[in-house]
Order: sequence, then structure tokens, then C-alpha cells
Amino acid sequence: MNPGDRVPAYSESEAEGLDRPRWYRSRGFERALSVFSPIFLLGLWEVSALVGFADTRFFPAPHSIFETLLKMFRPTEEFPNGEFLRHFGDSIGRIAIGFVLGAVPGIAIGLAMGLIGWVRAIIQPLVDGTYPIPKIAILPLFIMLLGIGEASKYAIIAVAVIYQVLIATVAGVRNIDKIHLDVGRNYRAGRTMMFLDIALPGALPVILTGLKLGMGVALLVIVSAEFVGANSGIGYLIWTSWQVFQIEKMYVGLLMSAVLGFGSAIILNHLERWLIPWKPR
Amino acid sequence: MGNERPSAVKIRLHGVQKYFAVRGRRVDALAAIECEIRAGEFFCIVGPSGCGKTTLLRILAGLETRSAGRIEIVRDIARDAKAAPARGGVAPPPLNSMIFQETSIFPWMNVRDNVAFGLKARGFSKKERYGIVDPFIRSVGLSGFDDALPHQLSGGMKQRVSIARAFANDPEVMLMDEPFAALDEQTKILLQAELLRIWEESRKTVLYVTHSIDEAIVLADRIMVMTARPGRIKDIIDVAAVFGRPRKVETVKSSKEYGELFGRVWGQLRDEVNEARRQQEGEAK
Repeated sequence: MNPGDRVPAYSESEAEGLDRPRWYRSRGFERALSVFSPIFLLGLWEVSALVGFADTRFFPAPHSIFETLLKMFRPTEEFPNGEFLRHFGDSIGRIAIGFVLGAVPGIAIGLAMGLIGWVRAIIQPLVDGTYPIPKIAILPLFIMLLGIGEASKYAIIAVAVIYQVLIATVAGVRNIDKIHLDVGRNYRAGRTMMFLDIALPGALPVILTGLKLGMGVALLVIVSAEFVGANSGIGYLIWTSWQVFQIEKMYVGLLMSAVLGFGSAIILNHLERWLIPWKPR
Repeated sequence: MGNERPSAVKIRLHGVQKYFAVRGRRVDALAAIECEIRAGEFFCIVGPSGCGKTTLLRILAGLETRSAGRIEIVRDIARDAKAAPARGGVAPPPLNSMIFQETSIFPWMNVRDNVAFGLKARGFSKKERYGIVDPFIRSVGLSGFDDALPHQLSGGMKQRVSIARAFANDPEVMLMDEPFAALDEQTKILLQAELLRIWEESRKTVLYVTHSIDEAIVLADRIMVMTARPGRIKDIIDVAAVFGRPRKVETVKSSKEYGELFGRVWGQLRDEVNEARRQQEGEAK
């Protein structure tokens, strides 16, 4: 074999106008950086706790938080499935149910508002007028109406979600390419087809954005609601832990909420890919 | 209908007008249009931009209201009666179906559902409409793409879907609003030929709006030239007298008569295009 055959006409770095070494530019290197930066920070934290540089009353060493985490998986008399799963599971259940209770009517009312002028005329001022109220501020009202139990948690999350989803759905329908509505009219699509075959799929990309925003608000609201009005859940765990000064448990609660936020984002991204295969990526 | 020139009137426009108010002043978009279009005729409308040709088409499509005048579209009752028993409880063929521009097919529906949209609106069951739609999908050369989503198709293929959607709906008249304007020249020639071939099979009455003189000559039986705003009929040029049917795009374009016709249409259009430009410049100030 003639070795001269293998020499490319120009090197890749020349082609891209970069003269840095190849490893520096590779995707793998950047990915490695992303993995190592949190690990490095965690290590720094661990070391500063061990040498007494950080105050372990507020910043307990990561390994002791991890030990607490493992301990919380053990079944006890109070928590037969372990304390961790009890709090984590309860919060997930509340968010899931509240989210669906808010998202479904949010989409339905949003579609009607987007397509039908008089529906929008009636509901829009109500939305505009009540939207600025911080959702957590109505929790006392819901506790009065529905009691301290699960119903008030579902309700507060549903209310938080419905605004985001409804506003996004209206915007989505209003932004549908006008030509698609023209096609619907010219081909004599009835009201059902206008809703389900044009408005809903046409608004779906924006609705998904609304669902993501709604999930963010739901996480915020559930933790704050559980601070004051619950006997379980992530918020309850964080609040009671700090009151009895079990700071490791409080950090486990923070970790739970991070996992919850991360997990819900992944689920919604998958949902988006599945529901909107035509969306350019 | 056969080969002889069709003569029955299909569309009658009686003084169709469109005006609207701009800052309290009445602006005329369309002066009284008086015109008859024959059954089975391919009728092209050319005019300068803003002359109201698309408005006229949209009024016919029921997408805009007219300010005055009357529109008659003659329904083929004999054809309707013949098809009625087989149709069952389904709505009769519509008076018109429109072929819009490239972006008009639904990105969330596959090719089959896009083509079957009008049939679904008329109440055909899924099985019925897929059966009806299949030959139309094949006829526009999209067999094998039934389940493809529009983002997987080229611009020309999307327009084929749009053509199949209108023909599958079996309307009394077809309305076409510059369907090939966004396509590149070569794709456009191919699709013009395909449109002619598909149209030959059904000989539906077509009202075709375009700004391209070339396209009008290639496709039309008659070309209506419109004036600058407010749109009036300036001239109607008989292309069918020069080019018969069936017609080949390349034969038309390479003939001597094509150049003469082009000159005739442009001679009518030139002053109007200049006038339209003056109007636009006036508005810009």
C-alpha cells in the first residue's frame, strides 16, 4: 500500500479554521467536563467538611447525607416501605393527579377560547384578573374547603397547572397557520374536526411548552403546600427536618426535589417527541 | 362531454364586488366582476399583485364575504342523483374545493389522512375514505408514501398531496390559488404536466389564479387578465383556440404561438402592473 494515499488533502483542523489539538474540540471532552464538574464540587465539599473548613451543622459531609439516605430506605414501624419512598411517593402521587386534573381542563378550555370568540370574551378577563395571585396564597382557602387531606393538594396543583396550560393552549391555537383553518373551512370540517384535527394538533407544540411550565410551577407549589399543610411528602420532610435540626434529612429532601424536577423534565421531553413527531429538531 | 368544446355554464359571476373601509374611506378591491365560466373549462386569472384575483377566489371558496353581487355555481344534479344511493348518509360532493399553497397540508397528518380530509368532513367512514383516496394517491405518484408525514416530503410532493386532496373530494369546481408559486422552475413544469394529466381524467371546471403568464398559457382554456386595483376584467384571451387538448407542456412552450400569446397577455398586463406599482409606491408614502 502506498502510504501517500492516506494523507488527506487538508487536515480537519485546517478545514474548520481551528488549530487547537483535536482532543480539546471533541464532544467527548466536553461531556467529560460536564460529568466531572459536579463530582469535583462534591469532592471539594466532602474535603472541606472533613478538615473542618465548612460548618457541618449547615453543610454536613456528602457521605453522611448519603448514609442518611440509605437509612431512610429501611422499613420502620412508622414507614413500612421506608421513609424515603413514603415521602417521595406521596409527593409524586399528588403532582401526578393534580397535574392531570389541571392539564386536561386547561387544554379543553384553552381550545374553546382559541377557536370561539364569545368563549374567549367571557373567560379571558377572569384569567387575566386571577392569574397574578400567587397560587400558594389560595392554599388556606382550599384547606378550609377541602380539608387538610389529599384533596386540597390536588386542587392547589391543578390550579397552578391550569393557568399555564390554558394560556399556552390559547396562544397555540391563535398561532396556528391561518391557511390550516382556511382548509378546514373550505373542506367543510365540522366543529369536532376543527377542534380535534386542526386546533389541538396545531397548538400541540405550544401546549407542550405550557405543560413544561406547569410542571415547574407544580413542583414549586407542592413543596410549599407540604411545608404547612401535610403529614408527608418532600416539603413535609424538609420542613420537619429543619425544625428538629436533622439537617442530613433536609438535604435528602432537597435531593428528592431535584430528582423529581429532573425526572419530570425527561418524561415531558419524551412525551413531546412521541406526540409531535413532525416538530423539527 | 367528449372532445367538442363544452358550452354549458358552470359558474356565473354577477357584479361580484369587494370593498372595505380604511380610516373611514371606502377602498374598492374588486369592481363589479361580470363573467361566465363554462363547465369543464380550465379558466386562469392573471393580474398584477393586489388586483383582487385571490380575493375573488376566496369569495368563491366561502373564505371571504362579497360586498355585492351574486355567484352561481351550477350543481350537476344528474351526477349527484346517480351517486346518491351508493353514498348512503354521507354529504354530497361540495360545490368547490380549493388547492392552496405549499404550506396548506397538515403537518400532523400522514399523506393518506391529508388526502382524505374532505371525505372525513363529509362523513365517510375510515375504511370508505381510505378506499376512495388510494387511487388518487397513486395518481399523483405518491404510492408508498401513504404513511409519510409532510416534513418527510419535498415541496413538490406536498403539493401533490394538496392536489390529491382536492380531487378526492370530487367537487363541482376546483379553485386553485397559485399552487405552484413556491416551487422551483423544474418541479413546477413537472407538476403542471401532472395537473393537466389528472385534470384530463375528470375535466372538472377549474378556476386558477396565478401571476405567471407562462403558467396561464400552459394550463388555461381561457385567460382572464385583470386590471390593477380595483380589479376589473381587462381582457379574456382564448387559449383553447390555439392549443387543443390533451396538451403537452413542452409542446406548448416550444411552439411559435406560445410566444405570440405571451406577447398578447403581457401587452394587456404591462400597463396594469405599472399602475399597481404606482399605487403601492403611493401607499408607501
